[in-house]
Amino acid sequence: MADKSIKKIEVKNLKKSFGELEVLKDISTDVYKGEVVVVIGPSGSGKSTFLRCLNKLESVTGGSIIVNGVDITSKKIDINKVRENIGMVFQHFNLFNNLNILDNLTLAPTQLKKCSKEEARKRAKIMLSKVGLEDKAESYPNQLSGGQKQRVAIARALCMEPDIMLFDEPTSALDPEMVGEVLQVMKELAADGMTMVIVTHEMGFAREVADRVLFMDGGYIVEEGTPEEVLLNPKEPRTIDFLNKVL
Amino acid sequence: MLKIISVYGTLLLTALGRTLLLALLGLFFACFIGLFFGIMGVLKNRVCNVIAQIFVDVIRGVPMIVLAFFVYFGMPYFFNTIIGGFSISLSALQAGTICLALNCGAYMAEIIRAGILSVDIGQMEAARSLGMTYGMAMRKVVLPQAIKTMIPTFINQFIITLKDTSILSVIGFPELVNTAKNVQANTFMSFQTWAIVGVMYLIVITILSRSAKVLERRLNVGR
Repeated sequence: MADKSIKKIEVKNLKKSFGELEVLKDISTDVYKGEVVVVIGPSGSGKSTFLRCLNKLESVTGGSIIVNGVDITSKKIDINKVRENIGMVFQHFNLFNNLNILDNLTLAPTQLKKCSKEEARKRAKIMLSKVGLEDKAESYPNQLSGGQKQRVAIARALCMEPDIMLFDEPTSALDPEMVGEVLQVMKELAADGMTMVIVTHEMGFAREVADRVLFMDGGYIVEEGTPEEVLLNPKEPRTIDFLNKVL
Repeated sequence: MLKIISVYGTLLLTALGRTLLLALLGLFFACFIGLFFGIMGVLKNRVCNVIAQIFVDVIRGVPMIVLAFFVYFGMPYFFNTIIGGFSISLSALQAGTICLALNCGAYMAEIIRAGILSVDIGQMEAARSLGMTYGMAMRKVVLPQAIKTMIPTFINQFIITLKDTSILSVIGFPELVNTAKNVQANTFMSFQTWAIVGVMYLIVITILSRSAKVLERRLNVGR
């Protein structure tokens, strides 16, 4: 559950444009320690861009984002250090195709000298068993199913021992029968107290796991609140319209 | 024909050796030039992109024979006479190596640039999201995947460069073609001489492309 005394992410008046196109117009929100925030909204509403700004995969046009007390929009900070504490899971998994699963998990921790090779391998094996794939350590990404790849991707992010996890539509590229296994891993992570920001179309998951739901449209957060408030009793016409279409 | 082989065989083989030496030297430096300008071409920096593009365009836009004359005669003249105060003189081997390295390097830069761009952007993003630097991500994730797609084109470029050494006969480097010209002048047996030289190139290049195929297969094991 969220600890309202510690802010992990503070977003203030965030703006982001791609050339002429203004994708994020004015976003402000805070994410607390241990909170699970689910971002929903129609495609093109800016949810993925918003998420990618949180670890600066997209540079912002205006406003500020403070992660663990560090303003990541400042040019002076070392963004790589900040990213070590923010895990990210992508829609298309993005496992390193040239490495086997174990090396996928140990590459960043060893390269960044967070720990020795031995320790990294030990931790990688623990993480793999956590996502139920300890027998796949020697496999290559193209030998796994989509669901398995995504679970490996989550394990890879966890090997850096982040305290925030970002999920960018983690189940959108999966066959329906594989969605459950990935959501299960995410539920366990949430239960462990991980701070999570999740962009998803899985409304059932949002209702079950989210502490707070943000509904985005047209570059703004249109409505936010508990899952009951936003998903069951939406007030804004745009939210009602969107939910009618997807539910 | 047998007479040419018995009398000039050693001479031609030595010349072939020089051809291979020149090609290897040229390729060696071309790899660095290609990697340097290839990476400049994919960096998120307009200035670097433009510099890389200009290099490639200039070298690709000039015939190698002109480049050879320019490096061998033009550059020393520029430093020694136009600017003055220098006394630079390049051996034919040095000038030839520079020419091949520049020429092949420009094509390699394009091969490397295209190879890097063929790797899904998500690979770089995933590596960066874990906190790895651009350089680490490039070395450990993107380049290993890019190189695999580049290999067939690389082999093709190597073969072209090996054949391009013959152009450097014009600056007097005693490689195979240059030597063969002398053999022909001494014997007047032009058909036999050029047939032998043709077969010599053919053998070397066939060996090269066959072993490259084996290498390509080995690297793709398990993928």
